[in-house]
This record gives sequence, structure tokens and C-alpha cells, in this order.
Amino acid sequence: MQDTHDNPAEGRRQFLKCMAAGAGTLWLMKSGVLQALPLSEGAGAQDSSFSFVQISDSHIGFHKAPNMDVAGTLRQSLATIRSQAIRPAFVMHTGDLTHLSKPDEFDTLAGLVQEAHIGKVFYVPGEHDVIGDNGAEFFRRFGERQQAGGWYSFDQGGVHFVGLINVLNLKAGGLGSLGEDQLAWLKNDLAGLSSETPLVVFAHMPLWSLYPQWGWGTDDSAQAMTYLRRFGSVTVLNGHIHQIQQKVEGSITFYTARSTAYPQPAPGVGSGPGPLQSVTADALHRYLGVRDVRHVRGSGALAVTEEELA
Amino acid sequence: MNAMMAFRILCALLVMTALSGIAGNASAADALPPKGAKVYQVAIHNFAFEPKTITVPTGAYVVWVNRDEEPHVVTSAGALFTPSKALDTGDTHVVTLSRPGTYTYYCSIHPMMVGTIIVK
Repeated sequence: MQDTHDNPAEGRRQFLKCMAAGAGTLWLMKSGVLQALPLSEGAGAQDSSFSFVQISDSHIGFHKAPNMDVAGTLRQSLATIRSQAIRPAFVMHTGDLTHLSKPDEFDTLAGLVQEAHIGKVFYVPGEHDVIGDNGAEFFRRFGERQQAGGWYSFDQGGVHFVGLINVLNLKAGGLGSLGEDQLAWLKNDLAGLSSETPLVVFAHMPLWSLYPQWGWGTDDSAQAMTYLRRFGSVTVLNGHIHQIQQKVEGSITFYTARSTAYPQPAPGVGSGPGPLQSVTADALHRYLGVRDVRHVRGSGALAVTEEELA
Repeated sequence: MNAMMAFRILCALLVMTALSGIAGNASAADALPPKGAKVYQVAIHNFAFEPKTITVPTGAYVVWVNRDEEPHVVTSAGALFTPSKALDTGDTHVVTLSRPGTYTYYCSIHPMMVGTIIVK
């Protein structure tokens, strides 16, 4: 893994590339403006210093339409990761590993990840992973054990990564929640960093008000954003909604991810955010996927690629 | 409540009672409505409690039935009654409330789902 040193004298621009899944489109994000380009095979891979992959919402234990085999589709997702030409530095799973927080569901997920030999995986819990025990079993198995609350940070190739927990201590009528302790830690964790340091912040529930009527947001995310805003390049990665949605707010770009299990409806479409049951088995793979993110050395770029399951 | 529904709830309660012995959750067994008890049902449907507000007499049994494909967890705001386990499709949760008052509850994994029980 090569370290990327941020040099402001280079006058580099922040940008993100995002390939729309399977459509052969390369998205270039330049100063908050999206530009679409035709995708050439492997574009950008050569000049990246490292890459990582995001997977999400595996819901092991779910066994209904439209996916009777969520273990199978997770296995496929993991195989996709393993087949990357350039090995990702790590994988992150942005929560809802399981459907009901059951020990055998955690066992299945851990077993599939282990047999896939994909290297280091960082996890944050979804609300489905903390049922009945406030996440004790999740943190015992998958926690980074940096802080009592389960949140953590690490550095990779000059990029600072922060894993946040926003699925605990939820209040009646509320959304996701970070809580005062975690916000205080976050402020402190970022305090010593240069504004030139690229940040990647990840959590299960969207850290922006995506669709509060369906609980797609986090009550106190605005407070967290006040700590992130001074940084020149911030990427926020979430799961929870089983589809890709994006938003740009100054230097902060928000992405939600596809599920490895089943899709959910677009915000506000239909009666609620349950599984899209109308998706047929032969079309399901188009709704599932993995996200590949490459850090491009010297340019400060994070190239975000979506891959659907073939 | 028709006979089939009563039978399904009874079956669910029996399963819950059996499971509660394993899981160490003593409250489910305590919540079994005695024969002839008045039972008030709340359906969980399309990520909402129906009815959203119910008024029940002191000591009444309230039974939630999950009719969604998505699991839900019935949780009292302020922990005034025992929370449910994760309710999968068709699963039920029963509580009896012996003190008058207004009990707000929500789904702990979809907290925008909120309901109220008024005990008089």
C-alpha cells in the first residue's frame, strides 16, 4: 500500500468518478458538478494508489421474495470483489449483515466472508444487527474495539476513514442517531487533521435527510457535518436504503449503496420501505451490487465504481 | 376476531412461550391472556401501527401482529412495558397494562413508527 501525501502546492482538484452500474458511464465529479463520460475498461485503475470496496445490507436470514438465497447473492458479491484486477486494500460492510441479529445469521455471514479470502473487512452495524442486545453480539464478533461505543477511525494511504454508529438509542418518532458522546469523539478525532486530508465517513443509515418519512436520515447528522465541512474532500458512504442515491453539499458527497440481498423502492414510491417483491429472480442481480472506490495518488481523487452482480 | 385468527394467535403464543424458556425471556409467558380475557389487537402493516391509538381498560391484553414482510420490534418509550423480540411476519407480541396512563411505543428498528395505548 503506498502512502499518499497531500501536497496543496500541486493545486489538485477534488473529484470523484462514479460509474453507473453496468451502464458503462463514468461519472466525473469536479467541484461539485457531475460530468458523464463513456467508460473505458479499467479506466483510472492504473493511477490509483489504493482501492477499497463497499458492500452493504446482506440481511442474512431473509428468505422471501424477491430473494430466497441471500447467502448465495452475498457469496457472488464476495466473488466479484475477489476477481478485481487490483486487490482492494480492504472491504467495508455498511451494516445489516443479518436480518434479525440471530447468532446463526452472524455465523453464516462470518463464514462466507472467511471462505471468500477477501482480506480485512471493516463493519458498522445496521439496525437489524442490534436487535435485543444493543449490538453486543455484533460488536463482540465484528467490532474494532477502539471506543466503548463501537465507533472508530483509521488511516489508509493518506485518507482518514471514520466508522460511525447511528442505529442505537433510537427515539420514538426519530431517525438514526449518533448521540452526544460519539459527536464529541468525532470532533476530537478530526481536530488534529489538516483540511487537506481526504475523509471517508461511513455509517449504516444515511447521514443526510434522504427521506425522513421512511426513517431515511439521522437526527443529529447536521452537527457531524459542521465538523466535516472544513475538509476539502469528504465522501460519506451509507447503506440502509438498498439503492444508490447521491447528494453533493459543498465539498461533501453522500452516497448510499445497493444491497447484496434485495432492493427497496425509490423514496416515497409505494406504501413503505420494504423489499421490492415484484423483482423477478432473473432481474434481481441488476439491483444488487458492490462498490469499488479507488484513491488516485497525487490528484486526491476517489473514483467510485458500482458493479452489479452478473 | 375470527376463530382462525384466534387459533393463529394461540399457536404463536405457545411458540413464544416455548422459545421464552430457551431465551430466558420470562415476560412472554406472563403475558398469556387467560381464557375469556378481553384482547385488543394492533396490526403492524405497511410500516405503521393500526390502529395508531387504542384506548383499553386497565388489565386489558394488547396483542400486536406483524403483517409486514419486514421485521419489527415493539418497544415502549421509557421502557414502561416489556419490548418484543424481533417480530417476523406473522409473529405476535402480548402485553397487559395494569396501570392507567398513556403509553407511547415505537418500533426500535423503524423509530418513525409510533403508536399509543391509552389505559383507562
